[in-house]
Amino acid sequence: MIPLNPAGIGFLGMSLVLVLSAVWTVTGRKPVYSVIGLLVHFSALAAMYITLSAEFLGVVQIIVYSGAILVLFLFVIALLSSGVAPFSLGPNRMPWATIPAAALVFVTCIITIVAVGRIPSGAPTTPIANAVGVAGTANAFGSVADFGKALFTVHLLPFEITAFILMVAVIGVILLAGDQTPYMPSRRREMQVRRDAREAILRGGEE
Amino acid sequence: MTGELPVAIINYVFLSSVIFFIGVAGVLLRRNPLIILMSIELMWNAANLLFLSFAKAWANNAGQIFAFLVITVAAAEAAIGLAIVVTVFRAAKNVDVDDVRSLQG
Repeated sequence: MIPLNPAGIGFLGMSLVLVLSAVWTVTGRKPVYSVIGLLVHFSALAAMYITLSAEFLGVVQIIVYSGAILVLFLFVIALLSSGVAPFSLGPNRMPWATIPAAALVFVTCIITIVAVGRIPSGAPTTPIANAVGVAGTANAFGSVADFGKALFTVHLLPFEITAFILMVAVIGVILLAGDQTPYMPSRRREMQVRRDAREAILRGGEE
Repeated sequence: MTGELPVAIINYVFLSSVIFFIGVAGVLLRRNPLIILMSIELMWNAANLLFLSFAKAWANNAGQIFAFLVITVAAAEAAIGLAIVVTVFRAAKNVDVDDVRSLQG
């Protein structure tokens, strides 16, 4: 099924790393271990993206996920573990919920596999002018130039929606986690009281 | 003519399904909110892998654009989810999603 040429062996190796690191992420005893598993997972995924000639997304995967999101996770772990009790262990209290979810995922997999099996072998796509090429050459499919051209011309709307989503996320995060009282010199003492109370909560509220 | 995948597309579908299900199991079985968020990231990435392999198979980079959008949404989701986790659990002594009732309304 999977040919034992270099491409097939590479796929097998990367799949093994992906699945094992995903399992490691989910079963990690502490969140930091899960972050390490996720780091391995994202790195292997970036390698797989590059074999799928998605060069730009492979690099973005490293920068955005390994660079930004995982560091965010690490910051939150550091923030939460400093003042509060250790994270609880053991499985969730409603493991029965996995049964319908597993059934749903199984059915979805079956449907997808059947649907993939029905794709005609000579898939009737109209080829882009220089659609298929060797990864790394300019203007080939999936190259950075090709991707950027598509992003800024044909698919400009998704790109602008991206900017909007990020702006909404920034506003939401500031509203949720930020200090909501504007700084005023006349209210300095009041804010100090509030800060003390918050730090007491962070220490575990022992007073 | 379509793109030439390293292996047949069905292998990518299998791999993506397996990773997605591992993520589902993590969301349902773990009670640590951070690990739940990381499992959601696994599910986003399984979907992204499928987008990219079909984009390659059909030599159409719309799938890559959509994967780009998905990465952005996942980043926003992680940021907001972590902000909620920090806000809710900063005041709580124990970090356990089963004990959180303040978001139920």
